[in-house]
Amino acid sequence: MGLRGIMNHFPILTILTATPLAGALLLLLLPAGNQRLARGLALAFGLLGLLWVALMWVNFDATSTKFQFPEQHDWIESLGAQYYLGVDGLGLLMVLLTAIVTPIAMLASWRINDKVSTYMALMLMLQSGLFGTFTALNFFHWFIFWELSLVPAFFLIKLWGGPGRSAAATQFFIYTMVGSVAMLLSFLAIFWATKTFDFKLLADMGQSGQLTSALNAAFDGWLPSRHDFLPLVIFAGVFLGFAVKVPLVPFHTWLPSAYAEAPTGTTMMLTGVMSKMGVYGFLRILVPLFPEQMRLVLTPLLWFAVATIVLSACSAFAQRDLKRVFAYSSINHLGYCLLGIFAVVKFTGGEEPWNNEKAAALNGVLLQMFNHGLTASILFCFVGYLEQRSGGLRGLNDFGGLRKVAPIFCGLMGISIFASLGLPGLNGFVGEFLIFKGSFSLATWATALSVIGLLVTAIFLLTMIQRVFNGPLNVKWSGLPDLSWPERFVVLPATALMFLIGLCPQILIGKINVTVMHLVEQLKF
Amino acid sequence: MLAWTVYISFIGVVALMLLPASQARRARGVALLAALFGLAVGVVGVVTRATGMQTVVRKPWIPDLGISFYLGADGISLTLVLLTGLAAVVGILFSWNIETRAKEFFAFYLALIGGVYGVFLSFDLFLLFVFYELAIIPKYFLIAIWGSTNREYGAMKLALYSFVGSAMVLVGIISAYVVAGGKTMNLLELAQFPFPIAFQHWAFPLVFIGFAILAGIWPFHTWAPTGHVAAPTAASMLLAGVVMKLGAYGALRVAMTLFPQGLVFWRNEIALLAVIGIVYGAMVALVQKDFKFVIGYSSVSHMGFVLLGLVTINSIGLNGAVLQMFSHGIIAGLLFAVVGRMVYDRTHTRDLTVLEGMNLSKALPFAAGTFAVAAFASMGLPGFSGFAAELQVLIGAWSAFPTFAVLAGFGILVGVAYTLRVLQKSFFGEPVPDAEHAPHPLPPISIPERIGAVILLAATVVVGLFPNLLLTMIDDGFKTHLFDAVLRNGGAS
Amino acid sequence: MSYLELLGRVAPETIIVITALVVMAVDLVAMRGEPLRNRFWVSAGFAILGCVICIGWLLLIEPPAASANASGGLLPSLASMFTDDPLTRLVKVALLALTICTMVISVEGTFTDHVGEYLALVLMATVGMMLLVSSTDLLMIFISLELTSLSLYILTAFNKQNIKSAEAALKYFLFGGMSAAFTLFGLSLVYGLSGSTNLTQIRAVLSSGAPLDPLLIMAMVMAAVGFGFKIAAVPFHLWAPDAYEGAPTPSAALIASGSKLASFFIFAKVLMVGFAHAGGSGAWHDYQAGWLPVLAILAALSMALGNLAAIVQSNVKRLLAYSAIAHSGYALLGLLANSPQGVSAVIFYMATYGLTVVGAFGVVAVVEQSEGDARISNFAGLSRREPLVAFCMMIFMLSLAGIPPLAGFFGKFYLFVAAAAGAPNLGWLWLVIFAIAMSAVSLYYYLQVLKQIYVVAAPAGQRTMKAPLTSKVILAMLAIGVVALGCAPNLVLGKLLGSIKAFGL
Repeated sequence: MGLRGIMNHFPILTILTATPLAGALLLLLLPAGNQRLARGLALAFGLLGLLWVALMWVNFDATSTKFQFPEQHDWIESLGAQYYLGVDGLGLLMVLLTAIVTPIAMLASWRINDKVSTYMALMLMLQSGLFGTFTALNFFHWFIFWELSLVPAFFLIKLWGGPGRSAAATQFFIYTMVGSVAMLLSFLAIFWATKTFDFKLLADMGQSGQLTSALNAAFDGWLPSRHDFLPLVIFAGVFLGFAVKVPLVPFHTWLPSAYAEAPTGTTMMLTGVMSKMGVYGFLRILVPLFPEQMRLVLTPLLWFAVATIVLSACSAFAQRDLKRVFAYSSINHLGYCLLGIFAVVKFTGGEEPWNNEKAAALNGVLLQMFNHGLTASILFCFVGYLEQRSGGLRGLNDFGGLRKVAPIFCGLMGISIFASLGLPGLNGFVGEFLIFKGSFSLATWATALSVIGLLVTAIFLLTMIQRVFNGPLNVKWSGLPDLSWPERFVVLPATALMFLIGLCPQILIGKINVTVMHLVEQLKF
Repeated sequence: MLAWTVYISFIGVVALMLLPASQARRARGVALLAALFGLAVGVVGVVTRATGMQTVVRKPWIPDLGISFYLGADGISLTLVLLTGLAAVVGILFSWNIETRAKEFFAFYLALIGGVYGVFLSFDLFLLFVFYELAIIPKYFLIAIWGSTNREYGAMKLALYSFVGSAMVLVGIISAYVVAGGKTMNLLELAQFPFPIAFQHWAFPLVFIGFAILAGIWPFHTWAPTGHVAAPTAASMLLAGVVMKLGAYGALRVAMTLFPQGLVFWRNEIALLAVIGIVYGAMVALVQKDFKFVIGYSSVSHMGFVLLGLVTINSIGLNGAVLQMFSHGIIAGLLFAVVGRMVYDRTHTRDLTVLEGMNLSKALPFAAGTFAVAAFASMGLPGFSGFAAELQVLIGAWSAFPTFAVLAGFGILVGVAYTLRVLQKSFFGEPVPDAEHAPHPLPPISIPERIGAVILLAATVVVGLFPNLLLTMIDDGFKTHLFDAVLRNGGAS
Repeated sequence: MSYLELLGRVAPETIIVITALVVMAVDLVAMRGEPLRNRFWVSAGFAILGCVICIGWLLLIEPPAASANASGGLLPSLASMFTDDPLTRLVKVALLALTICTMVISVEGTFTDHVGEYLALVLMATVGMMLLVSSTDLLMIFISLELTSLSLYILTAFNKQNIKSAEAALKYFLFGGMSAAFTLFGLSLVYGLSGSTNLTQIRAVLSSGAPLDPLLIMAMVMAAVGFGFKIAAVPFHLWAPDAYEGAPTPSAALIASGSKLASFFIFAKVLMVGFAHAGGSGAWHDYQAGWLPVLAILAALSMALGNLAAIVQSNVKRLLAYSAIAHSGYALLGLLANSPQGVSAVIFYMATYGLTVVGAFGVVAVVEQSEGDARISNFAGLSRREPLVAFCMMIFMLSLAGIPPLAGFFGKFYLFVAAAAGAPNLGWLWLVIFAIAMSAVSLYYYLQVLKQIYVVAAPAGQRTMKAPLTSKVILAMLAIGVVALGCAPNLVLGKLLGSIKAFGL
């Protein structure tokens, strides 16, 4: 026990969430002029978060299915709201991702000159919101962080973004709010029926079918009395909330503009971590609470996933702005996660070989979440560097033959592109492979169609390499500086991590496997 | 002791009237002292409260008619007294720069505050009505003399609408008094009286709507935007923040307790009006060109939540309604303070297209930050008081009128839209590189304004994170005998 | 009963008559050639002294026992023509107070040279009102009515420099004369039907007959004409706006206050004692012929016309005239209640209304002195020029509008409660609702006056207004009185109700 025992009684999760907030407050109170101090301080707090997560990682009991480092206090009894924190494998993974991506995003924003302390403070607030979302286990508590993370993101896009930033920020905010309000309404209905906001309790109710019957009993007579209709409506509300966030086609139209107009560091956060909030929500909330309803609409859901994968890949192919290419590519990669999740929901009666497939798929989903977070943020980081060097240009056809003048840059970016492609040996492969392996037997036609996505992804990524790195050197760029040492310092660790996970995925799977098995167990029937 | 909130306000009025005209600057100090004293009494009252209802003062007044001077407090009263205290103090802070006829301004201001305190503490129907009516006249003068756009029209419209509302209430009160035997005006005793059902069927909507007019119920809400826009900042803060709550409070304290069966009979129609108010108010706010009009209509929309919560008749919904009264009081105060005092007093324009080009976030960063926070609080973002309140109202509404709950949710969305729009246009617009209108530097935000803003911001955050501070009080208030019949008839939760 | 005893019965009135003669004498003999202001001061001083002595008599000397009716001779029937009981005394005290206030505001007037005559006439009018109030006999009522009216006609005409004064008085006189004729005819019909002119005996006779005699209806309508004229109820109100506007301000004040209180009181007596069983009913869905529905119509029309016409007035005196018509409408509700509570409400309301309206006319007098006439625009910026006077006007206007915690509010409230309780099953509620609605309308025009005073800036270059000290003192006292009666009406309510019940109404 020892350290682990101490850790379990130490409010590490509160400290984790509070640290970036404290940093943000400090930064806001700092006098405006001192930019270096602001950047340094922000980075320090970001790295502090990484330290806490490392501590947690080391002390995490990978054999237990319980929520670890728990903190549970009554908050508003009449509303069943509790201050309830805890992590399992999934939460730990997400928290790790946040802790890694944030400092990198901050480093990528080192060149921002305007209102630096406010920018960094907003970044820290965003990180805090993310930590909170991934560790909260009571809806009231969780929803606060879910919503609050929108505000810094909105301002980051609005105040430091590109020419179309106002519209992009507004669209982003409103789209997400629509989903959130739908989700809120559904959860309030759930509360009215069950008198609890606790995710764990609700998950148990969802598994046993109690949730459906409670909803039906509470709202008897409101909607047409076809037995499944009311819970399905409630499910739709929660589904909408997460579908907008992931995003799932056709709720994705806010994303390309938001990613394109946001400043680099913000886009890294958006794609690296914020998009994972949606998938996390599917795993933590939607699937445990509404397995019956998901099974009812499984086929349409699979269609959504397939559409997401294929259409986004095709759209990426058609883009000319590099940032938009990667934006659509993000949607594509997250589509795989959803494919895996929907496939896993399929009813298989809890028999052995099926359980293994499901476990494989879910492991793949979690891995894909982490890997894509890492890879996509680095890719955007690279695009940011390119933009800085070219004076704002980031079109697909603006460059050519960069390999000749900036070989290191092209080399490292190439590695990341291949990771995104899913080349074996790099991290992207493991997740995608597992997902496809698991889903193929569970949802064959959907998986087969998704392969098209893989192909198209390969096409546009290779096209990108060809247009930007290879080919005749565009005379304009003959003086393009290569990656500088500080910049290498930013990308090299991430690249190393890509190799590490690609070759040794056990590092991650070791921690998350038990949680995954537990999730699969719960979907037994 | 709580009665001193009322007494000190009126003593303050007299003191101000006797102040010689040369000492105009002293006037604001006197007013602030009186308001602070009222707030202190309110806080002490909250901290030292007993459970249930406590009697503060009870003396026979006009025994021949059964009228007594009966002041009392339960959790609901205490919450609203606290709100009034905060709003009063902050309002004076935001009026620190009034130069013309300052003495009279603060005299009318304190008179209004005194009347409001009186309504929240009265448990005798006649006394409640006296304070309620009494508050109309200071409002008229505050707007007519120190207001801005269309002030005389706005003031008269507000006064007449309020008066018509209270006329309706008076008819109801007199009828109830006579039907109950004409012996007592004590609210607690009258609430016990079994009024005939047929009587309740017409008396309830009369009294409820009469009060709700002041709360901005659709379609009798049109006085609110005009009046709020015309009013000077402190008056708008009070009007939207506290006086609209008078109406809702009256509807709760009088109409609902006296006529519980009438309430059950009419609740669906009233819920419909409330929801229309929520959605309509938000949609109209979305298209306004004048900054203050947006906030004015947003008040109508938020008060719709209060009214919706009131007619859910279950304890969660009712608690939410009272919490929303408090929360919106604070938030509306913040919004009007920024619009009126921080922006309009400096830029002399409220046209959003003009403001858009002024790049106010650079010129007035404190105001921008305050308004951003206030805007998010107004949207109902969690972490602020509005979320907890709207959450409860929606839960309550789910049980009573599920369809209306969904519509209210839609209203929240439109709320997000207009708030975001006005936030963008007012403070975060694109600066217009226009040589002829080179903006001369705007005076910085003064200390009293900062203090006032911080007080309100702190209030909304604290209540947002720890709503129990108020909810225990409010819940307690609904558990008194007075609300027995109401909750029974509605199917208590 | 001897003449001495009879004189004792009418001692208050006698005191006032003597005072009137003294005032005239002093002015004619000693004050010729003195400046106008001094003459007014001295004469008013004497007049007020007399009134105060009278009030003292009324409050301190016990009324004679009820059984002081000797047998036989002319005097017994004289003694039964008027009464002297606590209720009547209360009303007389109120009347005298109103007269005193009127005389104080007349002190600074410059509208006439004939000071002694003016004040003497005021006192004579008061005598008429006092006799009216204590009458219990139809003939006595008529005589007192005429005494009052004739004095008031002349008082209206007193301003010889203004042609409007003469026109007003002539209209008042002609109208009054006509309605007097109607009244007399009606009263004689009553005599014919009942065989007596004493109210109690009339009641006894009329209560026996079951169906309502058409002749009685005629009589009641005609009586209503006469009394309606005195209280300026629609449709007998046409004299009022001109009279109020044209008459010198103190006269208008007297017409609006004392005369109405006295008329209402005697109207109540006539209806509730004399015609007690001919009431009928005007309740919702329950119409029965009688004087109640007639009064209901009068009330509704008065409230409607008074309030609506006041909205468009540009002269404050005319505005007050129309408002007076409206207030008569409200007061009629008290009569409609047909209960002790109703009578109490009417008396309280008319007394406080009297105080308020005297105050309002006092403020008008101040403005008139300074600006020349009483147009609304002349009130502009009064709050900066004369803050105390402006504040008093605010009290008066708001009391008239019915804003708590002023006397006007409580008075209206009391009237409405009495009316609502007056008929079973809230029968009069329809009229109460109408009254409250009209009251809401009235706020508009009162606020218009206050808007001029408080909101509108004084036109540039206005000479400062210097209100005389006496005016300020009396206005302040009246304002305090209005507030006090509003906040603590139980000071008078208890006594009032008690004496009404003792009277047996």
